[in-house]
Parts: sequence; structure tokens; C-alpha cells
Amino acid sequence: MTVLTRARHTVEAELIAYRRTWRGTVISSFVNPVFFLAAMGLGLGALVDRGQTNLSVPYLTFVATGLMAANAMQAGASDGAFPVMAGIKWRKEFFAVITTPMNPADIVIGRMVWGVIRLAFVLSVFTVIAGLFGALDFSTALMAIPPAVLTGIAFQTAITAFTATQEDSTSLTTLFRFAITPLFLFSGTFFPLTNLPEFFQWIAYVTPLFHGVELVRKIALPGIGGDLVTTIPLWVHFAYLTVMTAVGLILAARILDRRLRP
Amino acid sequence: MPENLVEARGLTKTFGSFTAVDAIDFDIRKGEAFGFLGPNGAGKTSTMRMISTVSPVTDGKLTVFGMDPATQGREIRRRIGVVPQEDNLDLELTVAENLYVYGRYHDMPRATIRERIDELLDFAQLGDRRKNQVEALSGGMKRRLTIARALINDPDLVILDEPTTGLDPQARHLLWDRLYRLKRQGVTLIITTHYMDEAEQLCDRLVVMDQGKIAAEGSPAELIRRYSTREVIELRFQEGEQDDAILRLDGLADSSEVLADRVLLYTDDADETQRALHARDINPEQVLVRRSTLEDVFLKLTGRRLID
Repeated sequence: MTVLTRARHTVEAELIAYRRTWRGTVISSFVNPVFFLAAMGLGLGALVDRGQTNLSVPYLTFVATGLMAANAMQAGASDGAFPVMAGIKWRKEFFAVITTPMNPADIVIGRMVWGVIRLAFVLSVFTVIAGLFGALDFSTALMAIPPAVLTGIAFQTAITAFTATQEDSTSLTTLFRFAITPLFLFSGTFFPLTNLPEFFQWIAYVTPLFHGVELVRKIALPGIGGDLVTTIPLWVHFAYLTVMTAVGLILAARILDRRLRP
Repeated sequence: MPENLVEARGLTKTFGSFTAVDAIDFDIRKGEAFGFLGPNGAGKTSTMRMISTVSPVTDGKLTVFGMDPATQGREIRRRIGVVPQEDNLDLELTVAENLYVYGRYHDMPRATIRERIDELLDFAQLGDRRKNQVEALSGGMKRRLTIARALINDPDLVILDEPTTGLDPQARHLLWDRLYRLKRQGVTLIITTHYMDEAEQLCDRLVVMDQGKIAAEGSPAELIRRYSTREVIELRFQEGEQDDAILRLDGLADSSEVLADRVLLYTDDADETQRALHARDINPEQVLVRRSTLEDVFLKLTGRRLID
């Protein structure tokens, strides 16, 4: 059995469970993002565009690209948090999986592959809806799905590693309240970072969602002007997220191994 | 010569400064039901986890099917089934899906798994529950499903950690019956338990574990013969009278154990001992004569009871 075969078994198990549970994820995966798009993009956007008519893209388009990355982060982070805590502490099914030829690392890799599939699906649906809103141009927006998936997966692997060190979900709630939500708001999702004092811009530069938002935006909107994005080259964003994914994956596999096989 | 499926020499497991398993030796032969009997915290589960290759050996030597758990974990796990102390079924899946997914983890072809699921649901008496959500099953049914799941890969060795803890008597007997069947099919069983009746019912051979060490080894009958007498008289006294009575019991039996609520007299002839009690004018409130059990063996070996 190769690594990929074992990952496929995990994906198959997740898929069987998802057939039963997908309804519960509809609100967070599809409805909330579209609400954000409607409220911010259409509602607030009308106000923004009226006040400042010289933006290189409409505000709706600006927000739609930001939300692709930010929603990927939300989905990836959730996937690295609560199902992992359930596998270790609540339902403990990870302890059963490792009595088969599967190792803890196989669980981590399999869940990452599953995360890629699910993110690609969720983001495709969002992109299509945003396209129907007239927010995005399909031809370039579709190219921005892989970078958005990368953003989500970087969070999924890193937070899987974090969750594997935790005893209960209190710290997960704290993580979402004090890390994920601020990132969602202050990473350039809803406004260009140049609107913030320089000190806060620098904080944003070292955080992951900023790189996800910039990468998605620069690829989805090739004509976007320097008033709305930084001049940081694409490869820097890409490298940041790739390194975060790789480090997250290695740490998650190691920590989960020690946790499941003491 | 019976083949040894598991061999342990000086097997040790430590967690920080705590020694859970303290240099134990044992052999488990092909086709037998081997038990680890002992109180909670004796090191049984740690030993099971090392055999199932999900806990690294700290020191000593352990082989399973002649293989090294440290380097051949996957190959070993391919041939074993594990029933953990706590049910850890996937509650989001149905009964049949739980089995299917584990078959896939064992890399079995889908068609083979489907045939196997039919057999196993039959075996576990869950045939009419195939499409039920696991959450709705009773404790006994969940346990049987966990056992069925452990059998999906047709294992040569099944490891059961406290298989009937928390079940009502009827569910326990049904489970024991299923385990007998497995044994008859030639599957080697390793069972941990703190129930002496379970150990006596199921195990061909067992070790008594206490504080990480093996206190004794043998068949249930051998152990009783070696460490206890044929019969036991249990005496219960009126409130406050036990201490006085104990002073007058000297020489009445081969040995005695004083517990908080009763006194146990170990003797090969209970009638004789009872006559002697009367002769000394010792009149307990209640007298119970019974055969020796593994509980008595444990008491004799450690000075403590199995379940407190």
C-alpha cells in the first residue's frame, strides 16, 4: 500500500460520512459567504463606489476575491480543528483507525487530500455564484481557485498540528475568536491594507491570510491597480503558503503520532 | 510444538518516571485464549497497546508473529483485530459503513468486504441493523459491532481489552458465546479483564498482573490449585463483632483473609471447619461456603481484591 492508496481510503471514509453530513455544512460553506458577498459587495459596495469612483475594479469584485481566500481559511481552519478534536477526544475514532495498517501520518495526509477536494468544491460553487452576481470574470476567477485552496490547506494543516496538542475545545474557540476572526477582518479581505497605519500593514504582511488574499486577488484580477494591492511578487505569497502547509503537515503528523501512540 | 504468536522478554513500558509495565515475560500460543487478569492500573492495557503496535516498547523484547512492532507495525496490524476498552465507532456512519470503511483501511477489495460484512453482521447478530446509525445502538450492540469491525480483515489474533465492562449480564453472556465461536474457529484471543468469572470462562491460560508485574501464570484451574484451597468459607459478623471473632479463628483454616466487611477462611474441607467454628462457639451472622475462584488467587498473591 502506498501513501496515496492510504490517503484514498481516508478520502473514501470522509466521503461516505459527508454524504450524510453535508447538509449541516451548507450554511457555513455556501450561505454565509454569499450573505457576506451580498451585504458587503452589493450593499456597502454601492456606497463605496459612489464615494470613490476611481477604483481600478468595482468594490463588489474586490470583496469577492477577498472572500474566496477568507472563506477558504475559515473552512480549512474549521476542518483542522473540530473534526480532529473529535477524532482524538470526543469520538476517538482516530484510535481505531491506527489499529489497522494506517499510521497517524496517513490520517493527516488523507484528511489534507480530502480538504483539497472539499475546498475546491466549496470554492467552485462560490465562484460560480459570485460570477452570476457579476462580481467575477469566470475565466480568471477559475485560475484563482487553486491559490484559494492552498490558503485553506495551509490553515488546515497548521491548525491540525495545534489541535493535536490541545486537551479540549476551549483553546479552539479562543483560536477562532482571537486569531481567525481578526485575520478575516484585517488581512485585506474588505479594504486595501494601505488604509491602515503602516505599523498594522507590517503585522498583516507576516500573517498568512494576507498572502492568500493578495495571491487570489492578483490572479483573479490581472488588471487590478496599485491602489488596491501591494507590489509584493506572486512567488512570495505562494512560497509563504506552501511553506506553511509543509511545516503544518510535518508537525501535524509528528504531534498526532505522539498523541495517538504514546 | 505449538507456535508462539507473541513472545515478550523483559517487556517494559514507562511513561516519564512511571513504570506501567515492569520487565514481564510471557508467550502466547497459537489458537489459545490468553488472559491478562488484574485490577485497573496493573499494566494490562499498556501491554495490549504494545502488542497492537500502537505504543512503542520502552525496553525489552517483543515479537508478534515473529515480527518487530517497531519496524513492521503495518504488517502486524494487517493480521490482528483490536477491540478497545472504549467503543470508538464512527458515529456518523451506519453499522455496515463502519465495517466497510475498516475493510478499506485494510486495503481489502470492495467485493470481498461486502461478502465479509454479511457474514459479520450475521455473527454479531446485527443483520437487521445494517442501515442503522451507530449512535442509536444499545451498549451490547455497539460492543458486538466493535468486535465485528475487529474481524473484518479475518485476523489470526484478536486483542480484546475489557470486552464486557459496562454490559448487563445478558449482553455479557451473548458476547462470551461469540468469543467461544471465534476460539473454535482457531482464532487466537488475548483478553484483558478485571472480572474473574470472565477470565475463568474464556481463558485457557492467563497471567495475573499487579503493579506492572506478572504475579502468577497458568490455567485458571492450575492457579486456583496452586494458590488457593478447594473451598472458601465467607463469614459475616454483626456490626462490631468481627474484630473479637478474628482473635479466636486461629488454626481453624489453612489461611484466612480479613476484609472490611467479612472474613474468608481457606480450607479443603468446609464441613470440618464449620464444625470447628461451632465448637469454639463462634457464631457469625452469615456463613457462605463456595469454591475458590481467581479472585481468591489474586487476594492471596497481592493481599488486595480485584475490584475495590
